[in-house]
Amino acid sequence: MFLINCPYCGERDQSEFSAGGEAHIVRPKQPTELSDDQWAEYLFMRKNIKGVQFERWNHAHGCRKWFNMVRDTSNDKIHAVYKMGENPPIK
Amino acid sequence: MSKNLRITNNQFIDKTTRISFKFDGKTLYGFKGDTLASALLANNIHLVGRSFKYHRPRGIMTCGSEEPNAIVQVGNDASMTEPNTRATEIELYEGLEASSQNCWPSVNFDIGAVNNFFSPLIPAAFYYKTFMWPARFWQLYEYFIRKSAGLGKSPTEPDKDIYDHRYLHCDVLVVGGGISGIIAAKTAAKNNLNTVLIDDKNNLGGTTLFQKNECFKINNSYSNEWLKKEIETLNSVENLTIKTRTTLAAYHSYNYLLARENLTDHLDLNEKKNKVRQRLWKIRAKKVIIATGAMERPLIFNNNDRPGIILSSSIKKYMDYYGVKCGQKISLFTNNDSAYETAITLSDSGVSVNSVVDIRDKTNSLIVKQAEKLGIKIHWKSTVVNTNGYKKINSIEIMKLSDDGAGVVGKKIKEECDCLGISGGWTPRVHLFTQSGGKLKFRDEDSVFLPYKSELDQISIGSCNGDFELDEVIKNSVNSTNKFLKVNNNDYQNLEIISSKEIDKKNIWLLPSDKPLGKTKPFLDFQNDSTAKDVKLALTEGFKSIEHVKRYTTTGMGTDQGKLSNMHALGIIAETAGVKMGELGTTTFRPPYTPLTFGAIVGRNVGEFFDITRKTPMHDWHVENKAEFENVGQWKRAWYYPIGSENMHEAVQRESKAARDSAGILDASTLGKIDIQGSDASEFLNRVYTNAWSKLEIGKCRYGLMLNEDGMVYDDGVTTRLSENHYLMTTTTGGAANVLSKLEDYLQTEWPELDVYLTSVTDHYGTVSICGPNSKKILSKVIPGLDLSDKEFPHMSFKNALIDYINCRVMRISFTGEHSYEINIQSSYAKSVWEKCFMAGKEFNITPYGTETMHLLRAEKGFIIAGQDTDGTMTPVDLQMDWIISKKKYDFIGKRSLYRSDTIREDRKQLVGLLTEDPKEILEEGAQIVAETNKQPIEMIGHVTSSYYSPNLNKSIALAVVKNGKKLKGQKMFVPMKDKTINVTITDTVFLDKENKRLNA
Repeated sequence: MFLINCPYCGERDQSEFSAGGEAHIVRPKQPTELSDDQWAEYLFMRKNIKGVQFERWNHAHGCRKWFNMVRDTSNDKIHAVYKMGENPPIK
Repeated sequence: MSKNLRITNNQFIDKTTRISFKFDGKTLYGFKGDTLASALLANNIHLVGRSFKYHRPRGIMTCGSEEPNAIVQVGNDASMTEPNTRATEIELYEGLEASSQNCWPSVNFDIGAVNNFFSPLIPAAFYYKTFMWPARFWQLYEYFIRKSAGLGKSPTEPDKDIYDHRYLHCDVLVVGGGISGIIAAKTAAKNNLNTVLIDDKNNLGGTTLFQKNECFKINNSYSNEWLKKEIETLNSVENLTIKTRTTLAAYHSYNYLLARENLTDHLDLNEKKNKVRQRLWKIRAKKVIIATGAMERPLIFNNNDRPGIILSSSIKKYMDYYGVKCGQKISLFTNNDSAYETAITLSDSGVSVNSVVDIRDKTNSLIVKQAEKLGIKIHWKSTVVNTNGYKKINSIEIMKLSDDGAGVVGKKIKEECDCLGISGGWTPRVHLFTQSGGKLKFRDEDSVFLPYKSELDQISIGSCNGDFELDEVIKNSVNSTNKFLKVNNNDYQNLEIISSKEIDKKNIWLLPSDKPLGKTKPFLDFQNDSTAKDVKLALTEGFKSIEHVKRYTTTGMGTDQGKLSNMHALGIIAETAGVKMGELGTTTFRPPYTPLTFGAIVGRNVGEFFDITRKTPMHDWHVENKAEFENVGQWKRAWYYPIGSENMHEAVQRESKAARDSAGILDASTLGKIDIQGSDASEFLNRVYTNAWSKLEIGKCRYGLMLNEDGMVYDDGVTTRLSENHYLMTTTTGGAANVLSKLEDYLQTEWPELDVYLTSVTDHYGTVSICGPNSKKILSKVIPGLDLSDKEFPHMSFKNALIDYINCRVMRISFTGEHSYEINIQSSYAKSVWEKCFMAGKEFNITPYGTETMHLLRAEKGFIIAGQDTDGTMTPVDLQMDWIISKKKYDFIGKRSLYRSDTIREDRKQLVGLLTEDPKEILEEGAQIVAETNKQPIEMIGHVTSSYYSPNLNKSIALAVVKNGKKLKGQKMFVPMKDKTINVTITDTVFLDKENKRLNA
């Protein structure tokens, strides 16, 4: 069970959070101009890698804020947490 | 028992307190400090159970949590009985009742034991192989197999005991209170680290606590005396919390650990009452030090499972700790030095040691020399090839090993004995380390897996880290702890330690016999009865992966998870397959380390605390008026209000008719309510609903459909514009929380530029809904000053009003198709407003109706329920609700998906109405619909989603989803049921008042 450092509240138990999938997928500004394939790319395609992954998390049972997390899926190490809209602190 | 198996002097057993207990119905006596196992042994009872497959007699083998055989049922109360508990871990208490498992009619005479004689016919995976065919007979087989495979009885009544959960945060958690754990805990605490030390026994000290031997001394004292002084000083150490009788069950990532503390299991029966039985500690430790020690291995040889065959170190513990002799004439069989410690102890206590059988050629370590000095006979380079005695061992057969160790040579020697101590070396307890994700390495020299790499802030010290000699244990524990905690503790730097060193090591995983393997029974997994033969068979049959061999032979799959002899299984597999053990790896050790009670897992979350129950402000009124309730999410909603002996159908028919004929009243408080404010609120609604919102006038309401980005209907509800920048959104009862999360997600992540604030106000307002032709008259009595004319207050509009000086919001909206109002008022006033409406409506026979009638009324109108008529695969077009999709809006959630190639397919399932040929026939919700009945296989083209008997139309009506349904209107279809086929016709979804005349009636 992770210990997650919410950027707004500090360290909290994982049970207070919910995961929201891959981060930095921007909703297309003009969806109607996309082909079926392009839209499907946005809608369905998500990475699921072994290694360092950028994820969205929500402090659902806390401040209810969404934020981003850099996590290594191979050992669950959390390398960074940062607010929505901010650039990842690590590549 | 005539034999006196207790020795006189013992510091760990309170001989002044005699305890009576029952085993298999027989009253026996032990002393305070005994475990059930030690008390049974003191009564000369070895036979305590039958093995799983062959029903062979089995006895106590160990003295700890790794016990595979002495598994007993404790208690005989239907609510308090517990199966699969280890007799070696049960502390004796007054009133304890325990019984053997897996035997019938008794452990001494067990009918299942015939399996032992048929054992050549019952190889590995026998059940899989034999009972495969014919498949339909499985039900029959299963009944008998389950009956004969007894692993204890479950309690049949709810557990009366109380269980607890608590959180614990600490700087350092030390698991295991042996010599290394004590050193580490003391070091940590003395350096101002908040430290917790836990141990599963009732006192600290581990095995060193009773190690009294010339060969093991610290600063000129026996190691046990030195340690005892260390333990005494622990009480005065600050920052240190000690928890005994506490077993670490699981070690998860981020140093999150679960430990179970036993609080009353050791107390007398009458002292247990009204106390918390077990507590589950949820521990977050900054650093973890694992000092869980090692467990002794058995040896794998022919008939190594007879009662009376006990691990050598356990014999020593039963003697030195519990003061119990496991036998009067004991033989020992070993591949290492530790059996000699037992031999010396026994000899010192006046028990005759027949001999030590040692597979090694010869060795000259300190302790072996001491044993020889005591005159103990040693058979070097020898092995036990067989044991005799059915319910208890009575002799062993010894032969010389060949030079390569693969066979035996020379003459067979028979040695009488009543107990055989076996020692196959030591296995570090790395279970917790691997549970936490740590990787192991293999040490060839003594064939052990050791902690290697971990991502967590933890170390393993002492024998669980592969240090088996006293001096190394102390030296390495001190150094590792200092380094790990970044402290410099000098307390243990200059100790003078005497420790016998093991010089010669030799290991043979499967010891040879004079008989071929096929004729022997060398048990590997004592609980599941798998032998070395089974493992070899699995390899012959082509299983290669250790995980597959485990499942095929069930080795290591008992309640003990094969703690005792998994290593031997691995060794034999590696040898047979010709691979290195280090490369083969181990099977996965999974939590819990020892079985946990369900009580400890659920803690206080039982009964009414199992889940939250949400009640509306009018709940008590519904109860008083005999409502039946239905669970909707966590809500209790009034389902229907039976009068007299009415059943649900009768009540719903009456309620439905009353609502359309005169007036009905519904508690709609559970609908989700989200308060939306901000200068971009209209724009926000435009983006989340399919229809347009910018032009909605203040004071007007609008129905909205919300989609997922994939175009599928997600939720629906009416939203009211309260003022320029203020809306009140309603959602479905079950969808409220998810809708709020979804909206928050978009606001925070996709549209942070929007000035919009969302607040859940579901619980803040109670909602009274009055519908029917007389609803206007009733409302005018409740709020006399309000202009209810269609001009001033038309359908889909709202007014602020006052009821007894209390502000409320009245919406004229309708889910029933009737002229209808919803009054929203602060929750605390909702019940009184409900009662006021009810009184006002009395002259119109106002009828309270529940969710069932609400569903019926809306179905008459063809209104959908998101989640009942939709299932996450329905677009608005599928629902024939094209009218709600704005053509003008540039974008909204899900818009682009509405013209993907898949969503524009014409043969999608679409919502339609269904009428039965026989108007009295009510369809079952979920029933399948077919177009023709004589084709095989029959093609399902849809299913019924809602179905009712409408008292207002005097016929059965239904909604359904049917492939290409829009184009099939008027077509006849069939609904095949178990005993008949129902003829139906596809219709429009609106059954009643297609012109919506009733809305303004």
